[in-house]
Amino acid sequence: MSPWRPALARSVLLRHDRVRGTDLLVLPERVVVLRGPAGHIVRLCDGRRDVRGIVDELGARFPGAPVADEVPVFLGKLRDEGWLR
Amino acid sequence: MTVDPPWALLAELTHGCPLRCAYCSNPVELVRRSRELDTDDWRHVMAQAGELGVIHTHLSGGEPLLRRDLPEIVAAADAAGIYTQLVTSGIGLDAERLSALVRAGLRAVQLSVQHADARTSERIAGRRRSFAAKERAAALVREAGLPLGLNVVLHRDNLDALDAIVELGLGWGVDRIELANAQFYGWALLNRDHLLPERGQLERARDTVERWRERLAGRVELVWVVPDYFDGTAKPCMGGWGAVSLTVAPDGTVLPCPAAASLPGLDPPNVRDRPLEWIWRESPAFNAYRGTAWMPDPCRGCELRTVDFGGCRCQAYALTGDPARTDPACHRAPDHHLVQEFTARRTSDVPQPLPVPRSYRSSPQPSP
Ligand code: SF4
Ligand code: SF4
Repeated sequence: MSPWRPALARSVLLRHDRVRGTDLLVLPERVVVLRGPAGHIVRLCDGRRDVRGIVDELGARFPGAPVADEVPVFLGKLRDEGWLR
Repeated sequence: MTVDPPWALLAELTHGCPLRCAYCSNPVELVRRSRELDTDDWRHVMAQAGELGVIHTHLSGGEPLLRRDLPEIVAAADAAGIYTQLVTSGIGLDAERLSALVRAGLRAVQLSVQHADARTSERIAGRRRSFAAKERAAALVREAGLPLGLNVVLHRDNLDALDAIVELGLGWGVDRIELANAQFYGWALLNRDHLLPERGQLERARDTVERWRERLAGRVELVWVVPDYFDGTAKPCMGGWGAVSLTVAPDGTVLPCPAAASLPGLDPPNVRDRPLEWIWRESPAFNAYRGTAWMPDPCRGCELRTVDFGGCRCQAYALTGDPARTDPACHRAPDHHLVQEFTARRTSDVPQPLPVPRSYRSSPQPSP
């Protein structure tokens, strides 16, 4: 089986909100505020990188952060919500 | 007081509509088509709304498809970074129009339906063959791959058909079903005797919704907008006055809620005269019932005042003549008896057609 390559679900839009200074996921009738590094992580979900690739890239960008443990869990949660496919 | 930016804009593009629902949320004084904002006005509104922090817009009406320039308005909203949702009766949506809207950046569609039974739906909507148009519209939206929501206003003529309505939505492939109990101001207040359900109907409907929620969890979202007359609770109108959302009416009047046009002394501002930012932050209309300082007793000392914001100003005005009173829907309100008098009359468990005349909206004049 080929590895999961996370991408945003079709109806979900990732955008930066300049007014509030935060990243957002925008869906019908709903806005999810992405706090802290969450926006960086979701921005890497382009359907080309697999989870490993996302973790490696974040690890290089934020040395010392617990990305290997936390990022896959976070991505799984977003998939359970239906925001990633 | 610091004022947070708004999240949502309800754009009432026109009050023109091919349907004539007895609970229409448009004001009783409809804006004539000749007084509508033009394309450039709406472009300007969307650009300003994006700057102000608006994330979502509902392109609504009336029937927004009556505006030939709808794709231009969608494109302007999209360019401003705003997520666009079309709220439509489905009348007038064909493949060509939908693809123009999708190309312009339309993200999602909400389709209104009156009942699961075609004949009953058409009777409630006051237009023949409207049901088939809705069915077609739903199929087109699904083919285009856009998220589709079903909007249903609930009242005595359709509350007993909830199972069929949910099944209809599932058959049409919707992602979300909003079941909104009729709110009684404007047209629905004029038609209240005809629309108000019986308590037993509501109790059955609530159980039905619970059952479907369990079955559909994680697949289709089921939203139940409470019947405030019967619950004894005030609804958090618009998430608070001037807190989350603004409405721009077809003629450019800006309101904290679509029904607020009826409130006395509000003197609502207009985008033709003032920047949207001033309207949101500074205008007396948006500050009239903002926050908690304006509240009377018992809201003033109530622990729920930051949860329901004292309820609906339009309902307070419609029932008591004073928009600053506690919403009579609240069981703590001194005027709660005004609501109880009506709900008490609705006790028989068998819905019976009442010989009550209905007030119908007629479409405003087309522009020349
Ligand atoms: S003020 Fe009343 S009518 Fe207006 S949005 Fe709130 S609840 Fe609705
Ligand atoms: S008294 Fe006012 S704040 Fe308290 S629940 Fe009733 S409407 Fe809401």
